[in-house]
Amino acid sequence: MSLDNDQSNEAPDDLTPVTGAATDVSPLGREGAKPSHELTADEDTDVVNWNRIAASDEFKGLIKAKLKFIVPATVFFVVYYFALPVLVGYAPDLMKRRVFGVVNVAYLFALSQFFMAWIIALLYVRAAARHDRIARSIADRHERRAEGGR
Amino acid sequence: MSTPLLMFLGFVAVTLGITYWAARRTSGANAYFAANRKITGWQNGLAVAGDYMSAASFLGIAGLIAFNGYDGFMYSVGFLVAYLTVLLIVAEPLRNAGKYTMADVLAYRLSPRPVRSMASLSTLTVSTFYMIAQMVGAGALVNLLLPGVGFSTAVVGVGVLMIIYVVFGGMLATTWVQIIKAILLMSGTLLLSLLVLGHFGFSFGNFFDAISHVTYHDKTGAEVTKNFLQPGHYYFGANKPYGVIDLISLCMALVFGTAGLPHILVRFYTVPDAQTARKSVVWAMFLIGAFYIMTTFLGFGAATIVGRDAIGANNNMSAPLLAKFLGGDIFFAFISAIAFATILAVVAGLTISASTSFAHDFWTNVIHKGTERKPGEEVRVARVTACVVGIVSILLAILLGQSINVAFLVGLAFAVAASANLPVIVLSLFWKRFNTKGAVAGLATGLASSIILILISPSIMTVDPPGVVGAARHLIQRPPIFPLENPGILSIPLGFLGAVIGTLLGREPEAEAKFAELSVRANTGLGAEK
Repeated sequence: MSLDNDQSNEAPDDLTPVTGAATDVSPLGREGAKPSHELTADEDTDVVNWNRIAASDEFKGLIKAKLKFIVPATVFFVVYYFALPVLVGYAPDLMKRRVFGVVNVAYLFALSQFFMAWIIALLYVRAAARHDRIARSIADRHERRAEGGR
Repeated sequence: MSTPLLMFLGFVAVTLGITYWAARRTSGANAYFAANRKITGWQNGLAVAGDYMSAASFLGIAGLIAFNGYDGFMYSVGFLVAYLTVLLIVAEPLRNAGKYTMADVLAYRLSPRPVRSMASLSTLTVSTFYMIAQMVGAGALVNLLLPGVGFSTAVVGVGVLMIIYVVFGGMLATTWVQIIKAILLMSGTLLLSLLVLGHFGFSFGNFFDAISHVTYHDKTGAEVTKNFLQPGHYYFGANKPYGVIDLISLCMALVFGTAGLPHILVRFYTVPDAQTARKSVVWAMFLIGAFYIMTTFLGFGAATIVGRDAIGANNNMSAPLLAKFLGGDIFFAFISAIAFATILAVVAGLTISASTSFAHDFWTNVIHKGTERKPGEEVRVARVTACVVGIVSILLAILLGQSINVAFLVGLAFAVAASANLPVIVLSLFWKRFNTKGAVAGLATGLASSIILILISPSIMTVDPPGVVGAARHLIQRPPIFPLENPGILSIPLGFLGAVIGTLLGREPEAEAKFAELSVRANTGLGAEK
């Protein structure tokens, strides 16, 4: 007769007393969600219902608003920038034309690229401030839900 | 002791002080890899500028403009406009969805091990090419300044300093070295520009008049006078049938490459949130833009005041020689010390991004499947890697010596970054269907096509006339197979194509399911690393 057999054949009843000190650990088999301090790292990421946020009108509006600035801005700067090497290469006479003294179109066009980049950057900062407000409201709503969600 | 050496030692002393200060504040992975994410917007803007304006910018562009006029200025334009790609597309989503490296964003919804392995390989490739270029530049500069000190000694010196910054001071020390260097470089360039304008009686008219007829002796010894404001002295000639295409190809590599440079991307993890990342890009754009506009004075100043004949064969020395001509030996020493500082700050940034990628992507996430076996292991591995990266680059730089062209290596780094890294970053953020096969295929085709096309390009394959020796001699003495010096125009579309075809080969439901999560994280900052 070995100890192993004893244990496997007839497991004794759980002798843990039913009554005890109050605990903040949720009882097994509970219905509601775990309180946030009890979640393991893996479970915690699931608390955010990413799909629900992604499907919300507010989030779709945010993406739309962002793309409404980013797509035209990107197309514009790419076209404006590549116009420089293309015109330099294929329209040399236009580029050689002098504007102020000896300063020609080619140099002024190249210089204008710097101001183009700065202006788009500043316009983007202004637009992004609006996007930030939408993003923050989505994040805030979610965080309130996460804290209240037991 | 000579003045340049004293000034350089002054910079070294200050930066070592910073490293000591930073080392006492650096404990834990967030501190080591991301400076605790507490760098402010303007600080990171300066640091990005300091990380970006390398020896290729300060020495290289000034030299290209001094020798080729307008065509060299095209680099200045591209290096700045590239930041619009960073600002509009990459910086904020990266900060929101990643932790330490570029690969974090890719691994978010794709299978981590293959994606991180490839991304780490491409990060190490880009960083190594970039780094060797900087080390070789440092060696050449020392040769000019301190004739007694050999090339190898200079390379070892730079390498050891960069290892000390990165191993002991981590990202915090690297950041402050870059900030100080950016301030030094901006003020030195401003001073030099004012001196150039002063030389022409502060008259833009006189300055541009001088640029419109630059006289020098060409290879045959005949005197030529050229209008340096006119495009085409480098790219359009009888011997360059594909000049225009090559110029467009270069522009593509520049404007799409910056957003794939790992050492620039990791800087956005050092700030508290995406808003600060955005602010720092805008700060950097104003600093970098002001600097590149001033290359007009540096480069054209060297062409008109010093003259191509006096600069000699090595056009990288145009800016320091201009300083010597206008401000005497002390100013020459100051500008040269700044050039050293420039190189040191950039190599430190490259080393930390390469070692972070190896430790975080490859060691922890690929080999050990995402968990550290002991606390602090990742940082320890990164420190060891920084030593290894440093030693390998020292050896490679000494081995290749001055026989390799610096600008070519930097161009390769930009082309690889644009062809391999940018397509997969963009597609993983914007295309739901994008999957692991696509990422691996995109990284692999981008990496392979850009490197192979450069190997068979005129930069490597050209039949030199007899008598060309040393640095000017090409590695393979055969007619080039691929006619362009820069592969961007072909390799960037190939990178995208590889990624798209790879994706279409199969479906990956897990990756598509996680797109919503990545998109919400990237766009709202929910759950971003703090």
